[in-house]
Amino acid sequence: MTVTVPEVLFRAVSKRFTGSSAPVLEGIDLSIERGEFVSIIGPSGCGKSTLLKLVAGLAPCTSGEIAVNGMTPENAREVVSFVFQDATLLPWRTVEKNVSLALELERSQPPPERRQITQKLLELVGLSHVAKHYPRQLSGGMKMRVSIARALATRPRLLLMDEPFAALDEMTRDRMNEELLRLREEQNWTVLFVTHSVAEAVFLSSKVIVLAPHPGRVAHVLDVDLPYPRTEATRESQEFDDLVNRTSRLLREAHRL
Amino acid sequence: MKQRLMLVLNAAIVFAVLVLVWWAIVRVFKVPPYMVPPPMQVAKIAVARFPELWASLLITTEEAVGGLFASIVIGVLVALIFARSPWIRRTFFPYTILLQTVPIMAIAPLIIMWIGPGLSSVTLIAFIFCLASIIANTTQGLISVDENLVQLFLMHNASQAQILGRLRLPHSLPYLFVGIRISSGIAVIGAITGELFAGSSQVGQGGVGYSILYAMAQLQTAYLFALVMAATALGFTFFFLVMFFEWLLLHNWHESAARQSGS
Ligand SMILES: Nc1ncnc2c1ncn2[C@@H]1O[C@H](COP(=O)(O)OP(=O)(O)OP(=O)(O)O)[C@@H](O)[C@H]1O
Ligand SMILES: [Mg+2]
Repeated sequence: MTVTVPEVLFRAVSKRFTGSSAPVLEGIDLSIERGEFVSIIGPSGCGKSTLLKLVAGLAPCTSGEIAVNGMTPENAREVVSFVFQDATLLPWRTVEKNVSLALELERSQPPPERRQITQKLLELVGLSHVAKHYPRQLSGGMKMRVSIARALATRPRLLLMDEPFAALDEMTRDRMNEELLRLREEQNWTVLFVTHSVAEAVFLSSKVIVLAPHPGRVAHVLDVDLPYPRTEATRESQEFDDLVNRTSRLLREAHRL
Repeated sequence: MKQRLMLVLNAAIVFAVLVLVWWAIVRVFKVPPYMVPPPMQVAKIAVARFPELWASLLITTEEAVGGLFASIVIGVLVALIFARSPWIRRTFFPYTILLQTVPIMAIAPLIIMWIGPGLSSVTLIAFIFCLASIIANTTQGLISVDENLVQLFLMHNASQAQILGRLRLPHSLPYLFVGIRISSGIAVIGAITGELFAGSSQVGQGGVGYSILYAMAQLQTAYLFALVMAATALGFTFFFLVMFFEWLLLHNWHESAARQSGS
C-alpha cells in the first residue's frame, strides 16, 4: 500500500519580507491533492502572488514549511512551471524559440527532441502557423498561449498560474478558460491558479480558496462540485450562478475580516 | 525600398541647395577666397590633392574605429561589473557621469604629454570620449530586465551564465546600440581633437586634424574646407554604418529598429 503524498502541502506557513514589520502571509495550512484545480482569490495585496512564489521556491518561507510532491520547493522545480500575468516572452526569440526556452535551459532533451516537443505544443495551442513570428507580431491572447505552451514544454505535474488571463478581454478569456480545461483533460496537471475574477475561479476550479488580508490567511475553502468537462452550458447553469454568488459573498466578507 | 530612395533623394536635394546658397553668398558678398572659397574651388582642390586627403582620412578612421571598438569592449565589461554589484555601481557610477561632464578636451593634452603623440595616444583620446555613453547605456540595459523573466529562468534552474547570455545581454543590446550611435559621432570628434593637440609634433603624414592645422598655417583655406567636409562625411558614414548594424540585428524584434525599417 502506498501512502499518497499531497501535491502541495502548506504547514503553518508565514511570510514576512525583510524590512517590513507586518507579515504578508500568516498561518497558512492547506493540502492540495494531485489533479486538483485550485483557484486563489482575495483582495489586492493579500499575498496571492507571494503564495505562488513560495510554492515555486522563488522566495523562502519565514516560518512553517511547504512540501511539493514531498520535496522542498527548490528541489521540486523540475516538475513545476510558472505562468505569469503578462506573457513574459523574450522579444528577440521567435514563438517556437520561446516555447523551447525552458527545455534549452534544463538541457533535459537533445535538440531534435526539443523541436518535436515544441511543434506538438504549438499544434496543441493552435499556433503552428505563427511559429516563426516574433512576439511583437502577436495579439495578447496569442502571447498568452505561447507562454502556456512554454510552461507545458517541460511536462510539469504542477502548474502555478498568476492571473494569466487578466489582460485579456472577456470573450478571449472565456475561450482560453475552456482551452485550459481541455488541455488539462489530456495532460492531467495539478493547477494553482490566482485570479481576481470569481466567475473564472468557479468555472475552472474544483476548489476555491478565499484569502483574507492583513495578514493574508485562508478565510474559506469552497468545493466546486460542478462536473467536468465544463462548457458554455456550465456557465449558463443555475448551479454555476449560485456558486458565483456564494463565492462573491464570501469574498466580500473576507475583505472585512 | 521606395521610401529609402526618397530619403536619399531628399538628402541629396538639401545638399545641393546648401552648396548653391554657399556659392551665392560668396558671389553676392564678394567674400575673398582665403576666407570662404567658392564650392568649385574646394571640389577642385579635393580632387587634385585626393591621395593626401584620403591618407589623412584613413588615419583618422583608424583612430576613431580603434577608440570606438575599445570603448565598446571595455564599456561592456565595466557595465557587466556595474550590473553585477549594486554596491560597486553606487560607488563608481557617478564617476562615469564625471567622465561626461569634465571638459574632456582638457584631458587630451595630458594624454599626449604622458604617452607621446601618435596613433595610440589619439586612439586613447577617442576611446575616452566614447566610454561614458557606452557604460551608461549598457548598464541601464543590463539592470532593466523584467524581474519576472529572471524568475522564469530561475524556475527552470538556469545558471548565472544562462541568465546573462540568454536574458541580460540580448535585452541590453538595443541599449548598447543607443550608446554606440552616440559614440560613433563622438569617436570622430575625439580622434580629430586628439590630432589637433598631437598635431605639430607628429612626423610625416597625419590625420585630418593634423592636416587641418597644417592647412590653416599655410592659409590653404580651400583645402581646409575640403578637410572639414571630409571629416563630416566620415562622422556621417560612421553613424549610418552603426544604424545599419543596429537594423540588421534588431529589426526583427525591437520596436525602434523595426520603425526605422518602416515595417
Ligand atoms: N519582494 C517584496 N518585498 C517586500 N514586500 C513585498 C514584496 N513582494 C510583495 N510584497 C508585499 O507583499 C504584499 C502582498 O503582495 P502580493 O503581490 O503577494 O499581493 P497579491 O495578492 O498578489 O496582490 P495583487 O492582487 O494586486 O496581485 C504587498 O503588500 C506587497 O507590498
Ligand atoms: Mg499578484
